[in-house]
Amino acid sequence: MTVALRTENISKHYGSGPDAVTAVDNVTFEVAEGEFVALVGPSGSGKTSLLAMLAGLLTPSDGKILIEGQDMGRMSDRRRTQFRRKAIGFTFQSNNLVPYLTAQDNVELMLRLNGKHTKSTRARAAELLERLGLGSRLDHFPSELSGGQQQRVAIARALIHEPAVVLADEPTASLDTTLAHQVVETFAHLIHEQRRAGIMVTHDLRMTRYVDRVIQMKDGKLNRILTERHEIDALSQQGM
Amino acid sequence: MAFYLAFKEIWHSRGRYLLIAGIVALITTLVLFIAALAEGLGNGNREYLQKLNGELIVYQQGVDLSISASRLGRSTLAAVRRVEGVAQAGQVNFSSSTLVFSDGREALDVSLVGVEPGLPGEPPAFQGNNLSRGRANEAILDRNTALRANLQVGDTIVVKSTQGTEEKQYPLAVTGITDGRQYFLQPSIFVPMQTWEKVRPGGGEIPAGSELVSNIIAVRLADPAQLPAVQARLLAEVSDIETADRTTAYEATPGYSAQQSTLNTQRYFTLLIGILVIGGFFQIQTLQKIAQIGMLKAIGTTNGIVALAAIVQIVAVNTLGVLIGAAGSLLLSLTFPVQVPIVFTPNAVIASVLALLIIGPLGGLVSVWALSRVEPLRALGLAQ
Ligand SMILES: Nc1ncnc2c1ncn2[C@@H]1O[C@H](COP(=O)(O)OP(=O)(O)OP(=O)(O)O)[C@@H](O)[C@H]1O
Ligand SMILES: [Mg+2]
Repeated sequence: MTVALRTENISKHYGSGPDAVTAVDNVTFEVAEGEFVALVGPSGSGKTSLLAMLAGLLTPSDGKILIEGQDMGRMSDRRRTQFRRKAIGFTFQSNNLVPYLTAQDNVELMLRLNGKHTKSTRARAAELLERLGLGSRLDHFPSELSGGQQQRVAIARALIHEPAVVLADEPTASLDTTLAHQVVETFAHLIHEQRRAGIMVTHDLRMTRYVDRVIQMKDGKLNRILTERHEIDALSQQGM
Repeated sequence: MAFYLAFKEIWHSRGRYLLIAGIVALITTLVLFIAALAEGLGNGNREYLQKLNGELIVYQQGVDLSISASRLGRSTLAAVRRVEGVAQAGQVNFSSSTLVFSDGREALDVSLVGVEPGLPGEPPAFQGNNLSRGRANEAILDRNTALRANLQVGDTIVVKSTQGTEEKQYPLAVTGITDGRQYFLQPSIFVPMQTWEKVRPGGGEIPAGSELVSNIIAVRLADPAQLPAVQARLLAEVSDIETADRTTAYEATPGYSAQQSTLNTQRYFTLLIGILVIGGFFQIQTLQKIAQIGMLKAIGTTNGIVALAAIVQIVAVNTLGVLIGAAGSLLLSLTFPVQVPIVFTPNAVIASVLALLIIGPLGGLVSVWALSRVEPLRALGLAQ
């Protein structure tokens, strides 16, 4: 098992003095290549703060984060931006896509940003979109796509540049149940197949049935980690 | 990358960007026409004095460089001619009159300028000949007069004047046509001094032996570089005079400076409005795009790319608007009749276009700054 991402005792405090909030409290865990992890927990438990730190968008107050062995805390801002676009793929809850680019161009954007925009990578982008069921929507703008189609374009964008880590923030928040299952199932399939380290923040416990491990947060701490299939399935049943 | 994003977005929202380019085009047209009007009106006031074939203008003392108030006699002229450094000097008289036509052409108000044939003050005839002698019933037309009344060398014009209670008409032969030499916002005609006395409104036959009086004396120097020295000598040696160089003279004509500064103020305000319009448009665009920009930065787009893309858009849209506006203005100006005082000079057009090309980026600076401040954390719904 190759570790793609590791956190060592990371914490995040907002503010200072008596108003200080500890959003993430001394968290340590690892995600391996080809592993899909769900980050769950009640509102305010620190999921988004943790994800933002993994993404290199928020600096931890303590501890360090290593992606493919590289410490993001020791990079300059510029270097971290470059590292982010190369090593991390993103899907967001909303405003995922660039409105003036077609589905295909949105996916290719990651290739352009990384200077890997060639004929063959373009063909791969189209192929990936086809596998996500968007073969007939390549030239559509985001405003011409449904919520589920937009999320699938975002998934293609998160994977196309072969990042080590894929971070997904509430990918099913705006989808109905059937679509949510389809989207996460495809997502899980691609993460396993392409051997990325996938981390998905979700409120929807039913979605945990597609992941390999569930990290449950509470008050900024890792409350429980479920690794056994039957535990995860039981949790996923709770969400029904 | 920045160009790719910039032009993809412009193309996607081409209607909106075309609209703002159209507004820039209108602002450009306005700025260019104000500049052309300033030039045209300025010409109307200053052309004759600006092109005068003499470096100095002599006025009566105490008139504060008012040509119409100034009166100088032959004795002053003689004294001016005796001053060292003065090559030639000629009397010049100004009045207003009307040209009438028997064939139904519309009457034309002109500046009637009396000059001494062969002396400073008489403009060179670029077509035909100069005035022959002091009493000849001849006239040189400035280009504007010739164009507006469709006159040629050899034609006869009729000057209509009210003298006493009578309305009189004086036919004059057109001997020559000079270039644009308007005075007092009117096209002009140049006649010999004695003819001027006879045909001007309120004039008539000159009683024998009376002194010829003029408004000013135009002085040509032996060496134009000696202007200050000659000016000082004139003031010292000739009594009861004031002097001015050509620029000072036309700037002192009634209303000239006030008019030019009014038009310049309008031009600067229009440029300012341009800055605000472009700045406002792009700022609204920016505010609408904050979430999208946060996402772009989160996935690894650098601040440099985001800022450059915005600058590229601003420059592209602004340049397009300025080019459309400039081309449109020049085409439009061709359709204007000659009496409209609009003159496009290359210098004024280039200066205005350059100023307009700068205002776009200037107006857009705020939004570029705002874009660079958007935090990528926004993509996750977090902001510090
Ligand atoms: N910028 C901030 N300043 C101060 N406190 C903050 C800030 N951002 C988050 N917090 C606090 O940190 C804690 C964790 O917030 P976070 O958004 O990470 O939780 P979450 O698990 O994502 O919640 P949700 O499920 O509602 O999205 C909360 O108590 C929140 O109020
Ligand atoms: Mg959250």
